[in-house]
Amino acid sequence: MTDLIHLSAADLASKLQSREVSSVEATKAHLDRIAGVDGDVHAFLHVNAGALATAKSIDERRAAGETLGELAGVPIAVKDVLCTIGMPSTSGSKILEGWIPPYDATAVAKVRAAGLVPLGKTNMDEFAMGSSTEFSAYGPTHNPWNLDRIPGGSGGGSAAAVAAFEAPLALGSDTGGSIRQPGAVTGTVGVKPTYGSVSRYGAIALASSLDQIGPVSRTVLDSALLHDVIKGHDPRDSTSLRDEWPSFADAARAGLAPGSLQGVKVGIVRELNGDGFQAGVKARFADAVALLTAAGAEIVEVSAPSFEYAISAYYLILPAEASSNLAKFDSVRFGLRVTPEGGGTVEQVMAATREQGFGPEVKRRIILGTYALSAGYYDAYYGSAQKVRTLVQRDFSRLFDEVDVLISPSAPTTAFPIGEKIDDPLAMYLNDLTTIPANLAGIPGLSLPMGLADEDGLPTGIQLMAPAREDARLYTYGAALEQLFESTWGHTLISKAPSLSVSEQSAATEGVV
Amino acid sequence: MSEITREQVEHLAGLARIALTPDEIDKLTGELGHIVDSIAKVSEVANADVPATSHPIPLSNVFRDDVVGETLTQEQALAGAPEHDGTRFKVSAILGEEQ
Repeated sequence: MTDLIHLSAADLASKLQSREVSSVEATKAHLDRIAGVDGDVHAFLHVNAGALATAKSIDERRAAGETLGELAGVPIAVKDVLCTIGMPSTSGSKILEGWIPPYDATAVAKVRAAGLVPLGKTNMDEFAMGSSTEFSAYGPTHNPWNLDRIPGGSGGGSAAAVAAFEAPLALGSDTGGSIRQPGAVTGTVGVKPTYGSVSRYGAIALASSLDQIGPVSRTVLDSALLHDVIKGHDPRDSTSLRDEWPSFADAARAGLAPGSLQGVKVGIVRELNGDGFQAGVKARFADAVALLTAAGAEIVEVSAPSFEYAISAYYLILPAEASSNLAKFDSVRFGLRVTPEGGGTVEQVMAATREQGFGPEVKRRIILGTYALSAGYYDAYYGSAQKVRTLVQRDFSRLFDEVDVLISPSAPTTAFPIGEKIDDPLAMYLNDLTTIPANLAGIPGLSLPMGLADEDGLPTGIQLMAPAREDARLYTYGAALEQLFESTWGHTLISKAPSLSVSEQSAATEGVV
Repeated sequence: MSEITREQVEHLAGLARIALTPDEIDKLTGELGHIVDSIAKVSEVANADVPATSHPIPLSNVFRDDVVGETLTQEQALAGAPEHDGTRFKVSAILGEEQ
């Protein structure tokens, strides 16, 4: 049954619908894979002991003739930033170790209602602050392509789980690239939807005006199918949009038709393909542009001068919002409490708890955010950053008057070695250079595999960006480009990932049902 | 303009309620100086005639009907608390002796 883990979610779903395969079989195959490889990969912080029971109930409902969602019975991994009933939700932090929320995030509730089977919670940088998953309080996740390398971040756990065939699908969150950059460095697909397309209710907030929940998968169609499940208005999130969204799966399938890139206007953003980019990334991007041209797309080079300031604006806005959002971790209502020796006032308990419960990057950003919001500095820093945000939106709006879609590399480099940038915050922050503008403007972005870099044989990714509310465009052109790449290569990129050595723990899940 | 002092970091840590160790304060003082220097360039393009954006897709008047919704039970709300008495969260003294 090991073949089950290599199927796309769409293919697995059709085998489940035809009852060729049961959800118990599919779920067990993935639990066995987790037991076999996750000791090395460490994508999961928690494995759901109830997964097989959930799968069994889906099989029973199907057998009883109930009409189920398209993805019913398909296993899914859930980033630990999302609240889940019955599973700890730590956001990668010691301050929430063992905390089991009394409610589900809306995205999780929708996934459960659609009959998907949660396999467990995936590793992440603490409170999603990072680009490598090295800032998880529970130790780093390892890139399945090379276990000494980072899997990207903050959602390195979700991307690695999908790349290592531990799950066909995962939920992620993207504040400045945390879905797209891990997708790029693990050879997988990830989408940051339009801000407000997916409810943020129950997502442990990092920066509320930037955060967005989205799909992680190995194919563009699979991300579309998952986005279809989680999208839509939620009265519990006042920033959630009331739009009626089209079927993203239909949009992805439309991209597979011949000639779907003919006449499409594609803009290359000059500022997102500069000198600091790794040679292998630039070479693969040039290949992609040539492929698009050959497929009839009209390529234009465009410029967005404000993007030079985007990363600076981001590292003011994000810490400012985070310093407010993380004030809730005060040792009173949930999470860790540390009482100083000899006791103390509630404020002293709070300060001791936050000192012990937060890791170095979280402290750095809270202090930075507190500084940016201080009287006397507010206008120069936070106020200016908000103005840059306006300029970024104006640049996007101007460019989308000229082109249908913008493209860039999803990340400036391939996966770097674990430990290389951990002590250099500024170098770490540059990893999100290409992905941050979309978050500042609220527009959707998709990353898909673009080939392997010559110098290190590691995956690169290409990012597509569309105007706000035009997520369907990303799925159509993304699926078209994915098909183009794969017919040129003669294989999928993920099929070139090294097979991981499987440990003997596989028997651990025997007889759980 | 972005000279960050040790005393400033100590003050910010107090505002943020984090009991940083002296070593952490030293390290953060240097790091914050570097970070602030590199991000201060936002003020170069932030002219007075550019309006600020606080929200990517602005919405206005997001209301709901004023009816009782689904809420957590008291038991659920207290389930994750470090300490409670069955009906309320318990904390240590609000005021210290000197207050």
